[in-house]
Amino acid sequence: MTIETKKELAVAALQNGIVIDHIPCNSLFKVVNILGIQNMENGVFIGNNLSSRSMGRKGLIKIADINLPKETLNRIAVVAPNAVINIIKDYAVVDKHKVELPEDLVDIIKCNNPKCISNNEPMATHFHVIDEEANHFKCRYCERIVAREEVVLK
Amino acid sequence: MQNRNLVSISDLTKDEILALLKRAKEFEKNPNQHILDGKVVGSLFFEPSTRTRLSFETAVNRLGGRVIGFSDARTSSQSKGETLKDTIMMVANYADLIVMRHPLEGAARYASEISKVPVVNAGDGSNQHPSQTMLDLYTIYQTQGTLENLTITMVGDLKYGRTVHSLLEAMHFFNPKFIFVACDELKMPEQYKEYCKELGIEYEETREFNEEIINKTDILYMTRVQRERFSDLMEYERVKNIYTLTASMLKGCKPNLRVLHPLPRVTEIAQDVDNTPQAYYFEQALNGLYTREAIICRALGL
Ligand SMILES: [Zn+2]
Repeated sequence: MTIETKKELAVAALQNGIVIDHIPCNSLFKVVNILGIQNMENGVFIGNNLSSRSMGRKGLIKIADINLPKETLNRIAVVAPNAVINIIKDYAVVDKHKVELPEDLVDIIKCNNPKCISNNEPMATHFHVIDEEANHFKCRYCERIVAREEVVLK
Repeated sequence: MQNRNLVSISDLTKDEILALLKRAKEFEKNPNQHILDGKVVGSLFFEPSTRTRLSFETAVNRLGGRVIGFSDARTSSQSKGETLKDTIMMVANYADLIVMRHPLEGAARYASEISKVPVVNAGDGSNQHPSQTMLDLYTIYQTQGTLENLTITMVGDLKYGRTVHSLLEAMHFFNPKFIFVACDELKMPEQYKEYCKELGIEYEETREFNEEIINKTDILYMTRVQRERFSDLMEYERVKNIYTLTASMLKGCKPNLRVLHPLPRVTEIAQDVDNTPQAYYFEQALNGLYTREAIICRALGL
């Protein structure tokens, strides 16, 4: 059996829940972190380095019996801008959409300025996305700009 | 009532800037007014800055208000490890307004989010110092009669100097032309040149500081070149002398030219400039009082 057919089978095997597809391989565990999947008690399948027609290789996460709000899922767009969310009900995909980066990133990434108040107080970080392509984020507090490549998760 | 905090100069619209300048002009005519009778202002200086603190506290006193607070975090509860949040929550219970200076960047923005009384930023690390920018704008307006269509030459440390960055941002409303004069180590960061390009603001950049530049300038904004910024001390000694203004360099300048400096100065303006009609940095410092009176009144909606 190829990896691809295995994956198809696994997706089909999910009765209810969500499938997060098209995650860049190096972002897979960051997505796990952002959504707090490590603390969930639901059934979770995590796959990485799966072959993908559009990306070469990709990561994929399936969570059973869960319904996460759009805003929560959109948080992963910081590290996985092209991720696709599939909502599964009774083994069928009832909704499929790409994640959308919110205009404001609240408590998702860290500020890389050590003199920023957000690195010195017990508080949430807050960044504004400042460009069309969403490659640059401006700290609401110290006003420093962080590029996507430099992003460190909170 | 809308947001009355003043954290960053970019929080202000053009109309709000002009309204503040108009108010400051009233205070210049009459600095002593009983507008703050019965009001208490928390003056929280988590790091010492005597010049700024005295200016703010004088403003409160001349308006008839009272001041509580501290002038150095070593004498405050911060030294016992209290969070900024807890200090702000406590002071907001006692005061009608908080004026704060903090060594960490973004501290004032955060305080404004958690405080139930308005917050005025008196400097947060190397980030923002909006009352300095307002007094610079006021001084430019006072000496030129307008903020529109001026040529502003900035000299010295254009890399780390937050006053020049904020002034540049605030002036974008008024169709300025900039001349940036600095050595390679201290030149204007790309980010701000990009900002000018996006807004169609004309600028030139040069290493030379000479009469040719000065003679086309309306406002000559000098800044301190700090020794700590240089890895090579030989380079510091060289640069320090190149970017020093002397009285003889002002011989052919435009009659309306004025020399500004956020003070304290070290060597960048020679003593002989003090006696020229162009020297305006001491008056500029005094304008801090009037503009801070205006900022305080705005913050309190008075
Ligand atoms: Zn920051």
